[in-house]
Amino acid sequence: MPDESVRTSANELKFRDPSQARALADRLSGLCEEIAREPISVMHVCGTHEQAIAKYGLRTILPKSLDLIMGPGCPVCVTDMPEVDEAVVLAEDGALIATYGDMLRVPGTAKSLADAQAEGARVEVVYSAAQAVELARSMQQEVVFFASGFETTAVATAAIALQDDLPPNLSILSAHKYVPPAMEIVAQIPATQVEGFLAAGHAATITGWGIFEPLAERYKIPVVVAGFEPLDILAGLVRLVELVKDGTPAVDNMYPRCVTREGNRVAQEQMWRVFRTVGGRWRGIADVPDGNLRLRPEYAHLDARVRFEIDIRRLWQLAPSALAEKCICGAIMSGLASPSDCELFGKECDPENPVGACMVSSEGTCKIWYQYGGRPDL
Amino acid sequence: MCLGVPGRVLRVEGLIATVDFWGLKRQVRLDVVDEPVQPGDYVLNHVGFAIRRIPAEEIQETLSLYEELLRAGESDMMAADVRGEIEASPESADSGEPDA
Repeated sequence: MPDESVRTSANELKFRDPSQARALADRLSGLCEEIAREPISVMHVCGTHEQAIAKYGLRTILPKSLDLIMGPGCPVCVTDMPEVDEAVVLAEDGALIATYGDMLRVPGTAKSLADAQAEGARVEVVYSAAQAVELARSMQQEVVFFASGFETTAVATAAIALQDDLPPNLSILSAHKYVPPAMEIVAQIPATQVEGFLAAGHAATITGWGIFEPLAERYKIPVVVAGFEPLDILAGLVRLVELVKDGTPAVDNMYPRCVTREGNRVAQEQMWRVFRTVGGRWRGIADVPDGNLRLRPEYAHLDARVRFEIDIRRLWQLAPSALAEKCICGAIMSGLASPSDCELFGKECDPENPVGACMVSSEGTCKIWYQYGGRPDL
Repeated sequence: MCLGVPGRVLRVEGLIATVDFWGLKRQVRLDVVDEPVQPGDYVLNHVGFAIRRIPAEEIQETLSLYEELLRAGESDMMAADVRGEIEASPESADSGEPDA
């Protein structure tokens, strides 16, 4: 007889071990009953977690009182408009912009890189920083690698910057973001009322889980590192809700096959040799002290912001779209709203014609909910 | 963008490993991997770089998600992200596949 208590999503994906999934779901229900209040709000901060949660329909088997929200877990989505503007201006001024595919349609103040491309600028999609190096090597033109992503991706950019035979026409425009300070900001937003964090497994592969200990202590909030397999996520949630129930603001690692306490020291060493943290705006969320990764002065020769004079003010004379004012991506990324709260979602705003950055990236909450559904009405 | 894809190391030459991703042989860079790797090891890879050597006894749990995803078809968004990760590593010269 088919097991009714563990649903699979419309994509007919199956849990690796349905009986284990049912046991974990039952345990979660028991814990939430013991806590006996609602909502119990926990936040994950990873686009890949949201993909797996939505794709496998995990929210349909969670207790009603448990609110699992996605925070600022999409590096493309939190790339601020002036950062996109810098890339647009460089492209318009004749550089070739090499960037990850998701960055193409992220709206800037007046236009996206895709808009600039349609107007004749050269923009090439790359899957890796190494491909940007190869592009530069194959041509005379200035090639700017517009680099985005959290620490997981920043280490790759760092490794490239440390190569000693880089072509002279290559530079880096860093829009890399550093996750731990952003979690701290979200923990301080009173309306969010986050009671626990599910930390992203692969960012923590680099930083190690120890990095979350000051956050847990300062804000009296538990943090659990979880993997991406649906059972990993359920197991992470069980541990997190146990810590919430016990009022224990500890950090626990439920993804030990990829995450250690001290993390990947080789990668950290290279990342911090090349980058330093700088405060700056995360789109729609807040100014995040130490939230941006920028090239250190020792790497000024590779820094597009040093090599070129980038006047982004000229774009600001063009009016941004009126629809953009209705976009609530910021509230969604802060955990204050869901895509279904947005009047544009699925109507004026869809993946073909994104108004906000959350509908652009495959890690954006809006695009994931558009593709997989989010919180089905049962 | 923080997805990462596991693969099995076939060969190591300096800072380049030939890694098997479900039959696709690709060159992955070892600049930032946490532990020395050798043929037979599994590594987690992101945007062309190995970022973690995965203990062999735990690899099956990691692989199952990806195997499910790769069965999910061309149009699936998450599966497309997995393929993008594999594309981040250049094809290996000894792939045995004809040149494009």
